[in-house]
Amino acid sequence: MAMALRLYLLLIVFVSSAIVSFSLYEDQVGLMDWHQRYIGKVKHAVFHTQKTGRKRVIVSTEENVVASLDLRHGEIFWRHVLGTKDAIDGVDIALGKYVITLSSEGSMLRAWNLPDGQMVWETSLHSAQHSKSLLSVPVNLKFDKDYSILVFGGGYLHAVSPIDGELLWKKDFTAEGFEVQRVLQPLESSIVYVLGFLHSSEAIVYQIDSKSGEVVAEKSKAFPGRFSGEISAVSNDKVVVLDSTRSILVTISFVDGEISFQKTLISSLVEDSGEAEILSPLLSNMLAVKVNKRTIFVRVGDQGKLEMVDSLSDETAMSDSLPVADDQVAFASVHHEGSKIHLTVKLVDDLDTVLLRESIQMDQHRGRVDRVFINNYIKTDRSNGFRALIVMEDHSLLLLQQGAIVWSREEGLASVTDVTTAELPVEKDGVSVAKVEHTLVDWLKGHILKLKGSLLLASPEDVVAIQEMRMKSSGRSKLTRDHNGFRKLFIALTRAGKLFALHTGDGRIVWSTLLNSPACARPSGISLYQWQVPHHHAMDENPSVLVVGRCGSDSSSPGVLSFVDVYTGKEISSSDIGHSVVQVMPLPLFTDSTEQRLHLIADTDGHVHLYPKTPEALGIFQREFQNVYWYNVEGDDGIIRGHGMKSSCAGETADEYCFTTRELWTVVFPSESEKIISTLTRKPNEVVHTQAKVSTDQDVLYKYVSRNLLFVATVSPKGAGEIGSVTPEESALVVYLIDTVTGRILHRLSHQGCQGPVHAVFSENWVVYHYFNLRAHKYEVTVVEIYDQSRAENKNVWKLVLGKHNLTAPISSYSRPEMFTKSQSYFFPQSVKTIAVTSTAKGITSKQLLIGTIGDQILALDKRFVDPRRTLNPSQAEKEEGIIPLTDSLPIIPQSYITHSLKVEGLRGIVTAPAKLESTTHVFAYGVDLFYTRLAPSKTYDSLTDDFSYALLLITIVALVAAIYITWALSEKKELSEKWR
Amino acid sequence: MAPILRSTSLVALLVFQISLFLFTSTLPISSGSEDSYTITGRVRIPASTAIGHAAKFSNIKVVLNGGQNITFLRPDGYFTFHKVTAGTHLIEVYALGFFFSPVRVDVSARHHGKVQATLTETRRSLTELVLEPLRADQYYELREPFNVMAILKSPMGLMVGFMVVVVFLMPKLMENIDPEEMKRTQEELRNQGVPSLSSLLPASR
Repeated sequence: MAMALRLYLLLIVFVSSAIVSFSLYEDQVGLMDWHQRYIGKVKHAVFHTQKTGRKRVIVSTEENVVASLDLRHGEIFWRHVLGTKDAIDGVDIALGKYVITLSSEGSMLRAWNLPDGQMVWETSLHSAQHSKSLLSVPVNLKFDKDYSILVFGGGYLHAVSPIDGELLWKKDFTAEGFEVQRVLQPLESSIVYVLGFLHSSEAIVYQIDSKSGEVVAEKSKAFPGRFSGEISAVSNDKVVVLDSTRSILVTISFVDGEISFQKTLISSLVEDSGEAEILSPLLSNMLAVKVNKRTIFVRVGDQGKLEMVDSLSDETAMSDSLPVADDQVAFASVHHEGSKIHLTVKLVDDLDTVLLRESIQMDQHRGRVDRVFINNYIKTDRSNGFRALIVMEDHSLLLLQQGAIVWSREEGLASVTDVTTAELPVEKDGVSVAKVEHTLVDWLKGHILKLKGSLLLASPEDVVAIQEMRMKSSGRSKLTRDHNGFRKLFIALTRAGKLFALHTGDGRIVWSTLLNSPACARPSGISLYQWQVPHHHAMDENPSVLVVGRCGSDSSSPGVLSFVDVYTGKEISSSDIGHSVVQVMPLPLFTDSTEQRLHLIADTDGHVHLYPKTPEALGIFQREFQNVYWYNVEGDDGIIRGHGMKSSCAGETADEYCFTTRELWTVVFPSESEKIISTLTRKPNEVVHTQAKVSTDQDVLYKYVSRNLLFVATVSPKGAGEIGSVTPEESALVVYLIDTVTGRILHRLSHQGCQGPVHAVFSENWVVYHYFNLRAHKYEVTVVEIYDQSRAENKNVWKLVLGKHNLTAPISSYSRPEMFTKSQSYFFPQSVKTIAVTSTAKGITSKQLLIGTIGDQILALDKRFVDPRRTLNPSQAEKEEGIIPLTDSLPIIPQSYITHSLKVEGLRGIVTAPAKLESTTHVFAYGVDLFYTRLAPSKTYDSLTDDFSYALLLITIVALVAAIYITWALSEKKELSEKWR
Repeated sequence: MAPILRSTSLVALLVFQISLFLFTSTLPISSGSEDSYTITGRVRIPASTAIGHAAKFSNIKVVLNGGQNITFLRPDGYFTFHKVTAGTHLIEVYALGFFFSPVRVDVSARHHGKVQATLTETRRSLTELVLEPLRADQYYELREPFNVMAILKSPMGLMVGFMVVVVFLMPKLMENIDPEEMKRTQEELRNQGVPSLSSLLPASR
């Protein structure tokens, strides 16, 4: 027994000592991993299509990305992801070589070099209050050193030199009640007009000298009534405003500084008028107004007279106007008709002159057109050609030119909000999807090439051939399940409410579907659950996922459930559930006869609703009615409440799938000293292989493995802010482990002089969390392991033999747990965005922590580094067990970055999922970029690696067979000669 | 490895001191109004460590307080954080291929935003805010060059080696044993009744 144990330990040592880090050879990049780069939903686009040089478009997005895209292929030349609080307000090109971005509510101005994206200068602008932020770069095509960039933001107007970012002058507009609406600078004029409203009822125009910033003139005029905030600048001396009743358009003209108003009733323009809305496109001498779900175009005459010239259906997106040849100005509009979109480019002055009319077939799952940006070019026959960059409702970005989609980018994937996994269909007998591409000779050739590669005898051409072969090999992008479970689908829900299925093999989009709802046009997706995963029964049914969404952004708005078939991507059904969604709880282990999983959805009224709404599900639920508990965290109030089921809420409504709950316990944190900043539970589907942990001295520790543990971290309210804002004495971090059935606090650990943010991961019986230590001014990582004391007596073999053990005693949350914890802390030299842990099919393989750093890389750290049993001088036995000597900080081994030399820009989350092969786990990281890889935390001990050299094996066998024959022949000869002797 | 590192840092220190004479104006003195200051610093990647990596300034990010502010480098390597409150802050530099120590930065309100900087990893205080990588990171394992020992050490190599030993050395060993003696030992073993391998092999007779 002891011998076997020692052998087992030796084996562990052998296995574990071999793997210190995840490591990758450079030529293995792309074999198991893929990386996709995105930018997000485009807000602004500026074309740069001069005759010389590459044609590009500069975009800024809702993910705070500024990027330069190749206009021919849509590839990214360069991009920068700004900080999360650094939202981009405007982007433009200055001097023909700098990209200017205005961000942080108009207080940060940066210039980037157009060809390579290097930041050239950065200027911080003074800001005193929240206000509109406006960026105005004069469109002066001549290179003129005198002109300056005008920026309005934070109540100040700034003039900044485009060459070095030097602040030339600034003007204070922070007067009480004054709101700047527009900053206009007529071409070739040294006067800047600043138009603003005082208390929404008085228009003031300042004329400012653009060289010195002096106010030349100031005119104001009171308006009888109030303005609404909506404004459209139609020319250099006229703007059109809506009044607060939204039924009158007011033209404000300020020729030579004299302000005059001219009111026009909307009802005089269109017959059936209602509330109007000014649309954003900037058209010269014209504006677009949305009235009664129609878009009308209103021309502004010289005297400020308004007349309606055209009207379009509601589903029309328009671009800003664009100067084309001969002082003409054109604009584009896009509208839908069935599965086609129609792009029309017209002259602003003459709407009957259509410069371009194109119809393009468009995928239904992209939704409607959201934004249009146009650019013109001169064709070979000297006529104008147009290209249009369109942003669709699902955030995708497409370039249309000559009636076709030149390129498209699935930018929806830059805002993934939730991810789940799904299996691929089983390969049907008879229908072989695999192509029989290999003859024996080809196969052997390939392996000989590989052998050459592994012996480093390959020439550069061979290396290329090997790489190509590996990339295409082994049908890794097939759409069927494989034996090892390496091929899977990752289902990603995006902020736009679109569902994508990504193949783990090559990262391609297998299907995508935009969610619909009968209740509202576009529900916003909240979360994603596995709904039906047939593996024992109902095998002929396709698996499906449940998407929970809601109509509207408020948490009390009605929820929407949508069921999507995983194999086809078709929406099976979609229902408006008529109550709000606060919390969705998949009930573990409860499935009905068609393997649909039971879910409980809590609403704002304190009721819970059972899904699926079938009598069978109700029956299953009622059997376990007394054993269902749930909890909710009220973070703002510092309260955690536990609930149990009470009764059917039949008394109030006729809905028999609705239940009332009763409050069982509450944990209230004192609001003056503790504020909840993080809560976490174990993943419900995690598999724990063994409860016992055998140490070197043949002692057994029993892990306290409970599904009902909640990890809570609180900090002092002062320490809830950023790092520089608090002193060590003022802040303390306290972590709790709470049983969510009884509300019992099982463990409490306090860290004085520490603060958040806390990033934690909870697996099996341990929690690892990352926080900031203010005293040492370093980040720290602490591990807490929980062990069950009540089972510690079961070590004696005789007790086991005689049945005097309590291993079969039922585990109940109500029995008082006797548990003890071990913990240890280490320094960690980086900020962290998220932490995850690897998960394998049976939980046998050792675990690795996956730490997403603020540098957008993912570090794989072996769990052995965060083991409370680490000591400064481990004994020989402990070393054999794999205990690493204690160090004060955790090591960062560059080879253990699973993202190797890539970055997952804007990293937000890491998802792991087990493969069928025990040693292997899938890792999917999402942010602005997507990254996938397959990890084997203890190396692939249960299968041969891709690198395995079959050729070497074959050669060895052949050599051995040859040797046998030779020696046989030799011995025959020897025998014969001996007989002759 | 460690002595090499130390020597490079010594060189870097020398460079510091020289640059101290040259750019006294680049001392990390921040400016600003009552409660908000500016931190200006510089990232420098010594040419010796940059070998093998494209040390592009355009892809380097400088992070204040774990993501509160993110800024980028100008072509000359300088970076600036604006509107920083007085207090103790943390600056981190992220550049692919390099590891930078986080820097503890104390902005003093009393001394009008005077900046004191300390590397938190090595606890070395900086006279000016010039940040250099502690080490260059190599993300890939290097392929070992072709090696006979490596082949022999592989499972297949061990298999072949064992076969060779059995085929060529075992008969030699058997030859050396006197046949008489061997028979005697076998007899003894049989008498003791201990099952032995040789007794199971009929060919040994």
